[in-house]
Amino acid sequence: MQKTINTRIAAIIAILVIFLYGIFGIPHGGLKKTLTDRIHLGLDLRGGTHLVLQVKTAEAVASTSDTDMQRLQAAVAKAATAARVTKPDPAQPVLVISGVPVAGRDAVRTALDGNDFSNYDVSNTNDGFRLGMKLAAVKDLRERTLDTSIETIRSRVDSLGVAEPVIQKYGLGEDQILVELPGVSNTDQVHNVIQSTARLEIHEVLGGPYNTEQDAQLAPQDDSILVQGGNRPGENSFYSLKRIAIVQGPDFRDARPGQDQGGRPSVNFNLTTAAGDRFYDYTSTNIGKSMAIVLDNRVKEVASINGAIRDQGEIAGGFDKQAAGDLSLMLRTGSLPASLVYLEEHSVGPSLGAASIRQGVVASVVGMLAVMAFMLIYYRGAGINADLALFLNLVILLGFMGFTGQTLTLPGIAGVILTIGMGVDSNVLIFERIREELHMGKPASAAVTNGFSHAWITLLDTHVTTIVSAIILFFVGTGPVRGFAVTLTFGLLANLFTAVFVSRVIFDSVLQRKTRGEALSI
Amino acid sequence: MELFRDINIDWLSKKWFFLGFSLIFSVAGVLSMLFWHHVPVGIDFKGGTQVRVAFDQQPNEDALRRVMDQAGVHDASFQRLGGGNDNEELITLPQSSDSHADTGRAQVLSALQANYHDSGYRIQDAYTVGPTAGKQLTRQAGWAVLWSLLGMLAYLWFRFELIYGVAAVIAVFHDTLITIGFFSLTNQEITLTVIAAILTLVGYSMNDTIVVFDRVRENLQLMRRATLSEIVNKSINQTLSRTVIASGLTFLTVLALYLFGGEVLHGFSFALVIGILIGTYSSIAVAAPMLVAYQDYRARKGKSTQLTAGRKATA
Repeated sequence: MQKTINTRIAAIIAILVIFLYGIFGIPHGGLKKTLTDRIHLGLDLRGGTHLVLQVKTAEAVASTSDTDMQRLQAAVAKAATAARVTKPDPAQPVLVISGVPVAGRDAVRTALDGNDFSNYDVSNTNDGFRLGMKLAAVKDLRERTLDTSIETIRSRVDSLGVAEPVIQKYGLGEDQILVELPGVSNTDQVHNVIQSTARLEIHEVLGGPYNTEQDAQLAPQDDSILVQGGNRPGENSFYSLKRIAIVQGPDFRDARPGQDQGGRPSVNFNLTTAAGDRFYDYTSTNIGKSMAIVLDNRVKEVASINGAIRDQGEIAGGFDKQAAGDLSLMLRTGSLPASLVYLEEHSVGPSLGAASIRQGVVASVVGMLAVMAFMLIYYRGAGINADLALFLNLVILLGFMGFTGQTLTLPGIAGVILTIGMGVDSNVLIFERIREELHMGKPASAAVTNGFSHAWITLLDTHVTTIVSAIILFFVGTGPVRGFAVTLTFGLLANLFTAVFVSRVIFDSVLQRKTRGEALSI
Repeated sequence: MELFRDINIDWLSKKWFFLGFSLIFSVAGVLSMLFWHHVPVGIDFKGGTQVRVAFDQQPNEDALRRVMDQAGVHDASFQRLGGGNDNEELITLPQSSDSHADTGRAQVLSALQANYHDSGYRIQDAYTVGPTAGKQLTRQAGWAVLWSLLGMLAYLWFRFELIYGVAAVIAVFHDTLITIGFFSLTNQEITLTVIAAILTLVGYSMNDTIVVFDRVRENLQLMRRATLSEIVNKSINQTLSRTVIASGLTFLTVLALYLFGGEVLHGFSFALVIGILIGTYSSIAVAAPMLVAYQDYRARKGKSTQLTAGRKATA
């Protein structure tokens, strides 16, 4: 008997040490640093910014089908010169080939059935074919767009020097990204850097500038788009541009801020080799025409083509030094494949977080002391037992958070306080049962044994029920709700251990020292 | 020390009082939800913008309102936050569309920068939620509550019998309804943290109920000649000291949270302060009588009374 109790006490002490290590680690550089190194504080406690962004993946699908349309035009032209390729709705990935002569039908069909257009479902129409992008291809493209957006945002955030950022898919809705930036509470720059799609494109100018939208629409042309220009707010001009860009986002290889000949801030860029060749072909055959540099669907600058350009260029005008620097950064880290919308934005200042921690800690300490004092008064000797179990419960819970890198949030602190309250419930349940057994006249050791075995069934049911609901919370919830569920589950498991195992060992070792028939302090 | 010993209260005879009490609170809450304050949800569910500003000097609310009006923010509401030095102001804007979700926030911040730059202020918290995010969260919270109730029902069905599960879930539903009713009556906002508190109280109330049910199950084996009413009464009385002490202690910790936890946790701790009182009450006054009521209902219909092994033996 004595031997088993000693083994159990050793096991309890080992667990205490392991979880204390979980909380504190190897002590270094003061208590506060040691603690915050192990237990991660949530944004609501340490201050920071939390963003939920929606990626408009449909835009990427539309622009991919634009590129495909160019390829299709080339392929169809080879097979049947009379045919035309159109895109009835610019937002939908559906291409229509019309005007195919009967004699050329087979040749076009053969071109379509090749590998180049395997992403499309081809169906026949009266005078040609209709190509709709396959659902699987659309889905794949959207997923890739989301992944690329995440990568792009990550490299932009990294370049801002934010420590420990979180950038990941957000489970609540489709195509959403969660961004968490600890320590950043002034969001202005982050806002600009993240949200700007930095979609840089160079388009051929078909007409403009016009003063109003109506003027521009008077001269419509096939495959043209209307883009607003003007760099200052209130300054409006409109251009009619060829819809398909000469070069765009992925074609830019490098960018850096500089100055143009007039000393204005500018952005100097390089194109990739392939794009440079394309740009050279275009500029050398279109000398005298104008091209527009379009950033995020706004004409930044219009330049006339004075000679052939291969792979270097400069954009000037319309921005200050800071903007030129930001734009270069964004071009370097890659443009976003689609634009972003803010669904949620939450920034917490550092002083509010500090106040919350202080208040949370005060509330925990007051609550815990009140509970402990009551247990000591009401159950006397057994109260010590309950208080030890309660303390160990708290150590295990916090140690677990340290080990698993769980983030402690404000609701998390509240959860810990609740664990204290509910943890003591198990002790009360057992003690009351032991008292009942004692009232029935059973000797101390039998009362303890019976009390534990009866209470165990109830404890099992109450704990499993709550764990069941916590597990469901984990699967249905996201972010902080999940964290709450994990903390709650582990708190309950720790509670079963301390209330049933630890408390029992303490009772047993007390009983052992008592002489037969001596009363139990409970 | 011992507060309760050999208690012998006939709880079931008071079931009409309980019913009346529960009905008054639920109906008052439901009426308020329907016709008065409705369900006052926080911006995390309904969308909108909230900016919490700590000024160095006590702000004049009228001046603040004028400043915001000039900056183009017309539908803002202002609330002075208690606690601390009273210099904190909560500025709330209603929701706008997803694409303009952060416009209002930017306007408020630039108006503050322009007008209070000299007197000094700090942005404590700026929170913007677009309508899409709000809807998603509402849906998530709804599913979470529904599924966890079903999960508990299934477990109790497995461990006890279906009627125990049903009674417990109805009791918990009763608690949730009354707690949300209290939020509606006092016009306090239900935020995501309040939902977390409600889920916690669901677990807590379930705990209390199971402790009583467990004793009922045990006593059904021991008291084979007693009626179900006697058994249920005895079970409640036997577990009463545990119920009162455990609930009292949990109430104590939650009260500490309510008093010392600060402004941000007020909603959370308020939900638990109400919830623990109601949850404890409901396991005695709602869940347990329901077992007896079900039994009586079956007896009236002439079916076997499956819950008491004892009655079958005497019949």
